Amino acid sequence: MAQMNMIQALNSAMDIALSKDPRVVIMGEDVGYFGGVFRCTDGLQRKHGDHRVLDTPIAEGGIVGTAIGMGVNGMRPVAEIQFADYIYPAFDQIVSELARLRHRSAGDFFAPITIRSPCGGGIRGGQTHSQSPEGIFTHVCGIKVVMPSNPYDAKGMLLSAIEDDDPVVFFEPKRIYNGPFDGDPDKPARPWTTHPKGEVPEGHYTVPLGKAEIVRAGEDATIVTYGTMVHVAVAATEKSGINAEIIDVRSMAPLDVATLRASVEKTGRCVIVHEATRFSGYGAELSATIQEECFWHLEAPIQRVTGWDTPYPHAFEWEYFPGQKRIINALRTVMEA
Amino acid sequence: MIQKSRLHIPQPPARPGEAPDFSYVKISAPGEVPRPDVNTRAMDMADLAHSMVRVLKDDGKTTGPWNPHLEPEVLQVGLRHMMLTRAFDDRMQRVQRQGKISFYIKSTGEEAVAVAQCMALRPGDMLFPSYRQQGLQIVRGRKLVDLMCQCLSNTRDMCKGRQMPIMYHSREANLFSISGNLTTQYPQAVGWAMAAAMKGEDNLAASWIGDGSTAEPDFHHALTFASVYQAPVILNVVNNQWAISTFQAFAGGGREPFAARGLGYGIPGIRVDGNDFLAVYAVTEWAAERARTGAGPTLIEHVTYRASAHSTSDDPSRYRPKEDSDSWPLGDPIKRLKQYLVQLGVWTDKQHEALERELEMHAADSWKEAVTYGTMSEGPGLDPSDMFEDVYKEMPEHLKKQREQMLAEGGK
Repeated sequence: MAQMNMIQALNSAMDIALSKDPRVVIMGEDVGYFGGVFRCTDGLQRKHGDHRVLDTPIAEGGIVGTAIGMGVNGMRPVAEIQFADYIYPAFDQIVSELARLRHRSAGDFFAPITIRSPCGGGIRGGQTHSQSPEGIFTHVCGIKVVMPSNPYDAKGMLLSAIEDDDPVVFFEPKRIYNGPFDGDPDKPARPWTTHPKGEVPEGHYTVPLGKAEIVRAGEDATIVTYGTMVHVAVAATEKSGINAEIIDVRSMAPLDVATLRASVEKTGRCVIVHEATRFSGYGAELSATIQEECFWHLEAPIQRVTGWDTPYPHAFEWEYFPGQKRIINALRTVMEA
Repeated sequence: MIQKSRLHIPQPPARPGEAPDFSYVKISAPGEVPRPDVNTRAMDMADLAHSMVRVLKDDGKTTGPWNPHLEPEVLQVGLRHMMLTRAFDDRMQRVQRQGKISFYIKSTGEEAVAVAQCMALRPGDMLFPSYRQQGLQIVRGRKLVDLMCQCLSNTRDMCKGRQMPIMYHSREANLFSISGNLTTQYPQAVGWAMAAAMKGEDNLAASWIGDGSTAEPDFHHALTFASVYQAPVILNVVNNQWAISTFQAFAGGGREPFAARGLGYGIPGIRVDGNDFLAVYAVTEWAAERARTGAGPTLIEHVTYRASAHSTSDDPSRYRPKEDSDSWPLGDPIKRLKQYLVQLGVWTDKQHEALERELEMHAADSWKEAVTYGTMSEGPGLDPSDMFEDVYKEMPEHLKKQREQMLAEGGK
């Protein structure tokens, strides 16, 4: 075991994939010589060459479009979209092409691509470097959408994604690249060395896609969350004194309904937490699914704690960010009902 | 004099009721355009983008450096492919009018583009067509029955009822799945070609879009990536003058030829008489040599005319003169190749008419066979629960659940 932060874990996953499989190609803006603006591909071009770790033009639609063609021709491209906020120029290629190619060709063509993209706020990124667009992609059938919340999962899930024959959109919560952030910006940053999931095997392993994880067992309520908010939810729960069970969804699509059902059937109370905006957000799908699956076990209306339905404001980040206080309030609401 | 800004609204030269006018189409004399070495720099052969490569003369003879010197037998095969494409189109138009299929798109008048190009390429080259290159399917040996079954969404449909008519594909024939979205296949072709080069293979990729689709961002993406990585790809713009009802000037064709767009990227652009089988063949051969020898991508503009409607849902008499097609200065690709073969003494009017009848019969017989595998209204039919397959490689739980529900509840 080694100590890794999320950046090192992701880097290790790509390094292993490049070493193991000649079909793997890394591509994206600044990923090559420089090693990526967040350093996730640091050293990979030096080690594997500039034909396998490609710097690309600043054209997200072109990155995904060409990656599809490479995938059809037997490669396994891992494309980085530098910020999730920049993914929209590639939207048509993802939605109309990548997601549907296998279906429209009755299985004759497919493109096994992984699209990595840092998402989420809390880094003073304003409205163009803070978004969490996962819900826009979970609405698209034919792609898998995942988001790890720690270095161990990041590496194992990225290797799963690269080895998967289906396209995977792999969101990386950049606020927790360097350490688990509990939602309190005034506290000194905590490194991953202080967290058990900062221990990461150096070799190859996978964490399956499509499986949620219970990160804290509890009896009184269920918090369903993912990404950065897992750590905020853990801190909020400890502070609240409420014995909540916390589920890290990890894979938004496909969703591990069984794990959610088992927990909410046990607790009867549910709080959904995500950083993305609320209206038609992924939380709406979680809420609807839990209501359909667990209605007769519910003791209280399901609560959603999310980013407000506004663009992510630069100056009022901590009023926008769904922090511990709001999670505690939601927990109290479901407990009091 | 008062000077002020002024908005320009492009106009086609003639609207319904007006006399057709193609004076805007710049046409070089056959044989006039030189054939440069494939390694020439794009800017050193910029004239190729502004002139028009032509081989066939009005008298049915050939001339100039672009003559591909094809054997008569090869030309007869090319003529047959074009005629079969047209016979297929005519049959499908008719059955659409009879309500047997939901939709169809003909390629009448521009058959030379797909047929000559496909013949100039190798079977291992990957083709990324748009929806009007059925000639590629014909040349690559796809049976009419198979194409018809796709249009019928029947039990033999290679798309299993998942796509509108004409969105064919064939993995074994290296014909990529056609998308209804425009230009998306362009950067995909570039990526495919990049992978071929990465793997050290000498197969190339070719893709086709229309004049109107050059306005899509994927056109720019494709040319940028092709230029940056010098991908072995042939990017074709089939300028048939019309994007449904929109004249090509609305895509910018009124300023500079589409071929000239390559130059800004350092990609040779070459403008060719798209109704001249020999010229299309020759420029494709030239572009393929560039791709296979590491000289990089080529942008080819095929100047042609969409002689029929955009699709069976379109009525071109509402936006262009009815006589437009007959006045098109570059004629008809089948008539022109036929004239050449007759002039060579290897083809006769009688043989031509006999072949026409044979191909019409072949299309009719193929249709008769195709409907035995089912139509939209009559069985045998596809299993609707199959729609849940191939969304993912393995069916996830929520789709299994939805499939069960659909099977339990049925349709309608």
